[in-house]
Amino acid sequence: MSLAVLTDRDLALKSLHLRKRTLEAIYHAGAGHTGGGLSCLDILNVLYNRILKISPATVADPGRDRYVQSKGHSVEALYAVLADRGFFPDAELATIGHYQSHWVGHPTRHVPGIEMNTGALGHGLPICVGMAIAGKLDGASYRVFTLLGDGELAEGSNWEAAMAAAHHQLDNLTVIIDLNTLQISGRTRDVCNNEPLDDKWRAFGWAVKTINGHDIAELSQALSQAAEPGKPTCVIARTVKGRGVSFMEDVARWHHGVPNEAELKQALSELDAAAAALEASR
Amino acid sequence: MSAPAPSMYSPAAKAMAAQLGLKLGRANLEEFADTLLELARADGNVVAITSDSRGSGKLAPFGQRLPKQLVEVGIAEQNLVGITAGLAACGKKSFGVSPACFLTARSLEQIKNDICYSNVPATLIGISAGVSYGALGSTHHSLHDLAVLRAIHNLTIIVPADNFETREAIRAAARADHPFYIRFGKAPMYGLHAPDTVFAPGRAITLREGHDVAFLATGETVVHALLAAGKLAEQGVQARVLSLHTVKPLDQSAVLAAGRRCGAVITVEEHMVHGGLGEACAAALMLAGVRVPFHMAGFPDEDTVTGSQADIFRHYGISMEGLAETALTLLKSQ
Repeated sequence: MSLAVLTDRDLALKSLHLRKRTLEAIYHAGAGHTGGGLSCLDILNVLYNRILKISPATVADPGRDRYVQSKGHSVEALYAVLADRGFFPDAELATIGHYQSHWVGHPTRHVPGIEMNTGALGHGLPICVGMAIAGKLDGASYRVFTLLGDGELAEGSNWEAAMAAAHHQLDNLTVIIDLNTLQISGRTRDVCNNEPLDDKWRAFGWAVKTINGHDIAELSQALSQAAEPGKPTCVIARTVKGRGVSFMEDVARWHHGVPNEAELKQALSELDAAAAALEASR
Repeated sequence: MSAPAPSMYSPAAKAMAAQLGLKLGRANLEEFADTLLELARADGNVVAITSDSRGSGKLAPFGQRLPKQLVEVGIAEQNLVGITAGLAACGKKSFGVSPACFLTARSLEQIKNDICYSNVPATLIGISAGVSYGALGSTHHSLHDLAVLRAIHNLTIIVPADNFETREAIRAAARADHPFYIRFGKAPMYGLHAPDTVFAPGRAITLREGHDVAFLATGETVVHALLAAGKLAEQGVQARVLSLHTVKPLDQSAVLAAGRRCGAVITVEEHMVHGGLGEACAAALMLAGVRVPFHMAGFPDEDTVTGSQADIFRHYGISMEGLAETALTLLKSQ
């Protein structure tokens, strides 16, 4: 499918489809990170279907855009997006975490389309700073993106990298924060408050945009180009953990809760209904 | 309590070095810096990354001549390793340079995940390794690095003994397609090798033949083992001396040959005796069923004594005199 023909409505429908694939993958694996996968799914969808200059045919092209998922635990959503984009067959999603599968429960480079092995938090941004510096050294036009969770921001390595990125004027680097405001123990503000996020990133020398992380048009606009020449871009995407499934939305226990058969059925039914409503509104 | 020892070598050790024809070279650190500059001038993809360590890494000339190929990240070792990994993933031959003590402790998770698990061709350079910082104390010592890094998959670990091994190790790392860790100190080192010596990662170099006892040494302790072998020869004890510059992968055949053909084996390293070269050799010998009198010379599991690097070496018996005595004691105990 040509990326150019996908409208915002097409992408919104695709998000509903990909949420189903993500939930099915977690159900088959018997483990996974449900809430955070659903919160970042629209971001991943827009990245891979509208923003990133990368495709299954260009995974080794030195000029490709780079995406590193720092919040590696939301891997099922990423795998679902990559499969849909043709990086590997859909059937592999049913093997996540299974004996001898390459589809590990956090991103690894054995999976086509994955740039770096992640999963320990606070690693993606330093890696991406290195990638962005490499791009600058080569005079390359590629862009580098990473996705961080808001709970992940407590890792100090993020702030080392944030400082270095501004110092090196890496306007080819974009950080997206999946601000779903929940982490495994509860509200991020109660665990270790990191607000005000926008002021923090601005103070570190970044250009900051705050958007609705479920709005295809807002995501597309925010991610389509660097916000300001000479500065790295931070897109704070306000999201809802468990987005799209009524009983999962904004509930901390779905951080890594796995749906049982009945819960999966209900979740898929809700997503089908949402898709039907969207189709009907054409 | 006495004043800091001015030299790593006693007058007798210096005399033995002269007798063996050894010539004092420069610090491995300086050899590294010049080698990296030479590589970077020939290949624009060679990049050095420093954490406010260009001075202590002798990379100021590199930064002046090739400013675009030196990336400064500030005092932030986790970030240094992540950036080194990202550069390598984008086609750079990246060399992350930082004091071994900080590089391998604070940044251990980045080494494990970003470099080794992601399998990018990055090299980490641990400068002022072991007890090079002497009296600055244990915050600045790296007596753990070989142990923790040996337990991480997909990392070649090299501890060069002299300027030649340092130069060759850096060149090998630049050619490699997988991660390397190379660590050395900042004291001038005697040259140990004949001009036609071949260096290959994973292959020990025999510096002296002998069958009474074998010194299996690594890094900047090798010279002390070689001097001890000279002293032992004066007493009729013939010692084999191997430079096991590559701690991982270990040259199993050289270690087993020493265990099978020599009357005793002594490992020597600038590292705690837990988890380093000594235990690697012990495991290799035991797994192969080789029974041989065995001793591990290194640093014991205690607060390291205060003093200069020379003081500390001497205190723990890593000197010509100390190693010769260790060998005689081991042989007599049999």
